[in-house]
Amino acid sequence: MKRRDFLRTTVPFATLPVLMNGLPITALGNPEMMKRLSKAFVNTDHVLVLVQMNGGNDGLNTVIPTDQYSNLTKARSNIMIPLTKVLVMDGVDGTGLHPSMTHMRSMFNDEKLSVVQGVGYPNPNFSHFRSTDIWNTASDTDEHWTSGWVGRYLGHEFPNYPMGFPNTDMPDPLALQIGSVVSTVCQGVSANMGMAISDPDAYYQLLTGNYTPTPSTKAGKELDYIRQVAEQSNAYGQAVKTAGEKGANKSSKYPTTGDNRLADQLKIVAQLISGGLKTRIYVVNINGFDTHANQVPQTGGTETGVHANLLAQLSEAIDAFQDDIEQLGLQDRVLGMTYSEFGRRIKSNFSMGTDHGAAAPLFLFGTNVKPGILGKNPTIADSVAVNDNLPMQYDFRSVYASVLKDWFCLEDSEVDSVMLKTHQQLPLLKDSCNTSSTQRAELRKSGEAYVMNYPNPFSAYTTIRYESNGGHILIQVFNSNAQVIETLVDSEMPAGEHEVVFHAANLAAGTYYYRYQNGSIQQTKPMILAR
Amino acid sequence: MITSTQKTARTQSGISPYSGNWGPTEVIHLLRRTLFGATKADIDYYSGKSMSDAVDEILSPSGFTPSPPVNNYNNGRITDPDIALGKTWVNGPYNAALNGARRNSLRAWWVGQMVHQEKTIREKLTLFWHNHFPTELTAIGDPIYGYNYQQLLRENCLGDFKKLVKLITLDPAMLIYLNGSSNTKNAPDENYSRELQELFTLGKGEDSEYTESDVQEAARVLTGWRINRTNYTSYFNPNLHDTGDKTFSTFFGNKVIKGQTGANGADELDELLDMIFNEEEVAKFICRRLYMWFVYYEIDATTETNVIEPLADVFRNNNYQIKPVLETLFKSEHFFDVANQGCLIKSPTDFTVGLMRQFGVEYPDDTDVADQYYFWRLTSDICALQQQNVGEPPNVAGWPAYYQAPQFHEIWINSDTLPKRNQISDIMIAVGVVRNGKKIVIDPIKVAEMFDTPDNASALVDDLLGYLHTLAVSADQKEHMRSFLLSGQAASYWEKAWNDYQADPTNATLKATVNLRLQGLLKYIMNLGEYQLS
Repeated sequence: MKRRDFLRTTVPFATLPVLMNGLPITALGNPEMMKRLSKAFVNTDHVLVLVQMNGGNDGLNTVIPTDQYSNLTKARSNIMIPLTKVLVMDGVDGTGLHPSMTHMRSMFNDEKLSVVQGVGYPNPNFSHFRSTDIWNTASDTDEHWTSGWVGRYLGHEFPNYPMGFPNTDMPDPLALQIGSVVSTVCQGVSANMGMAISDPDAYYQLLTGNYTPTPSTKAGKELDYIRQVAEQSNAYGQAVKTAGEKGANKSSKYPTTGDNRLADQLKIVAQLISGGLKTRIYVVNINGFDTHANQVPQTGGTETGVHANLLAQLSEAIDAFQDDIEQLGLQDRVLGMTYSEFGRRIKSNFSMGTDHGAAAPLFLFGTNVKPGILGKNPTIADSVAVNDNLPMQYDFRSVYASVLKDWFCLEDSEVDSVMLKTHQQLPLLKDSCNTSSTQRAELRKSGEAYVMNYPNPFSAYTTIRYESNGGHILIQVFNSNAQVIETLVDSEMPAGEHEVVFHAANLAAGTYYYRYQNGSIQQTKPMILAR
Repeated sequence: MITSTQKTARTQSGISPYSGNWGPTEVIHLLRRTLFGATKADIDYYSGKSMSDAVDEILSPSGFTPSPPVNNYNNGRITDPDIALGKTWVNGPYNAALNGARRNSLRAWWVGQMVHQEKTIREKLTLFWHNHFPTELTAIGDPIYGYNYQQLLRENCLGDFKKLVKLITLDPAMLIYLNGSSNTKNAPDENYSRELQELFTLGKGEDSEYTESDVQEAARVLTGWRINRTNYTSYFNPNLHDTGDKTFSTFFGNKVIKGQTGANGADELDELLDMIFNEEEVAKFICRRLYMWFVYYEIDATTETNVIEPLADVFRNNNYQIKPVLETLFKSEHFFDVANQGCLIKSPTDFTVGLMRQFGVEYPDDTDVADQYYFWRLTSDICALQQQNVGEPPNVAGWPAYYQAPQFHEIWINSDTLPKRNQISDIMIAVGVVRNGKKIVIDPIKVAEMFDTPDNASALVDDLLGYLHTLAVSADQKEHMRSFLLSGQAASYWEKAWNDYQADPTNATLKATVNLRLQGLLKYIMNLGEYQLS
């Protein structure tokens, strides 16, 4: 029986010291153990490219419900795209694409692009910042989470990061953001899993080692952080540079460097994947979708202007990237997804623009997408009030959950653990978890989890089971604001299996975290209190 | 310098006046937080004053108005038909073809004001307000609006916050940036109304419970404000104003702002601001923002109780005057608490402008505006490279380091920006940047000469660390640093090398001997993570 299976059983287990995978645990820091600790649960070469469209994209002028044209024109006459200019998609009636999205229309016709209609969340928030945080963290509208869904996914797969990283199994950054900022989406429960690079060739050796010990103060905490970034920059910078040198771009579709910043970013992504980087997540972005004013020009065709240019850039960049990926023979490994913090209002304003709205379509791209359009066109009323918004058809977290399940090959319980809730799954992707590139059942590693709880979600109490390698054990419970609310174990524990019960008598429902520490081994996991 | 024996974190400290030691450590702490870097001259100056007098003086800008940005762009390719090289363009006339060149002039000049700042808080506070009430120069277009906008912030940086909110609401740059000038009765544009509440006054804290409907009602109050593009002012057009009554949520006590007709419609703004400022949350929110900028990004329950709430009381009791709040904060036990020293990750402007100032890097003067602006612009671009482009914050929330949990200030430092910071300091200590025979570079000999006994390797290392770092380094580290000066020899060799050079400063060989060793030492000090903390 594999250890994870063992931990999953509900049978009370003996407190005898156990051997891990038949190997006695001799000492902390044992290289063999460290190696196992740093392996991923699921061995996959799949890559997800997230394209963030900052500002809130006007979905109604992107994927245009032409069957609603008459009512839509009443609501937004000053920015309405002429019906004759709307791009028709093969086999689709009543829905078209913005005229500047010719490249993405071709991708759709070639079954490499799919559309999910009406993606949003209940009780939408109209603040850019809140809504961006909600999309990145995958929280409910009234929850304030600080970890991102990608960060939690990577934390699930590599629970000890950054300790022991990089290593031979995962020599590369877990997630890369092209640019100089690391998105919240990559923020894990205890560390940010992302790394920013603006130029793969810009590796610059930093001074590390020979440290003065840090004091246990705020200043010490920040110094530890800076040193960790320096260490990782050195370790990963070289790996990225090497991949950049080995990698190449083959597509001739990329625009001239500097003309389309999104294409420039995606070009680097393709180069790094082709150079052998094992990084699983890439984050790129395109800014400028907050089109309150002059979304279309004051004079001239409404199919031109600011929004048209943005969509043209998006379309051109994604198409060039997909072409490149295919020419490089990487198409089975790469999936892309766009997202934006919200759509825009149905009714346009007098500034030739649109205010913050709610649900909007989302794109998936790659050869593994199930082609077509998921969902229906929104129904536009005959008379639309200023504050009317599109209702959501699909929760964005269902999209994430489906990607985790069908692209990163997690089991349902693991998806829930990453998403911190159960979300409906959607038929977005072809089955890619039984391909040769990922053999879920066989390659699933065992033996990494030192701590787990059952049941989860729980109501009155939950049992936390953990393994000690001998020595001091600390188990703390945090609330979602990262405050310690209870210390369950803080003592020497003999090597072996142990358990402790966490009672949630007076606590509010929500997500809590338990953190396990045994010497240098630290793991933090979420648990959900449901009432 | 904080040593590891001084760990005792007085986390309970509040805003009671600080009465502890006032030595170099405290002077440097105060100056690093309120200026861009603490220069030797400023440290010496304020060391001669009491803590209270020092804070008072830092909070009392002279009233001197910096001469405005000038035409630095006439270069043969671009020629301004109206304004000569070296003359200011801020009074117009507008010239669409020169928007880009003038914006660059403004961005360069703005960072230039930081480099050449007086020893007061004004420039750092101006940047604080720019982060709080952001606009993006490129989005505004005409840089004359941009200049007026940042002057508004600079002139009001220590004054009446409520007045500042009104001025910003009606500032043409902001009316353009958040579409206030397109907000009319027939199609209210709620962009400014939302940010006025979410970002500028009430924030998004747990106790800020305004509703989506409040955003829409406030947008109606704000209808009718327009821009006069001839004289760069804003004005109220009653015909575009929504004269209906505006009803707010229970959060605002179901307040109704009665719709006014004609010119009286403009007065609704005052009523709106009175209603918002009636909420206690405004003062708390602004005090949290100030705290995160000047002290640290984490505000735990104790700090909220012991610092934020009493500071907010000071703010309200002084009718939203900013200066008394900062005075209370900077004279408080909490501010000088050892636990709050050295924990601020330098922002890109702190790192860059601070570096130039601490090391006495010399810029060309205004007899050579082309080169002067070139180096100011370079300094601005170096900040931008590290993700803080002054005049162009990423969006209306300002820089994420001041709002994005949980990393906050740590966002400034990542695997892209930390190597860049090291490259920048390495370039400045090694070769500098040259243009037209002019050069900005760190002169390490000049730096050593700031201190009393540069011929004593141990003393020099101690002095430099006291000046440039906050956290103490180990004896091993210090020994390693001394070795840059000694090159494996006894201390007397450095002493001799330094004194030989002093006796014959034009001797290139003697100069190179000390210069090379000091370069190595300073490079090392700046490459340590400790240098990133303020």
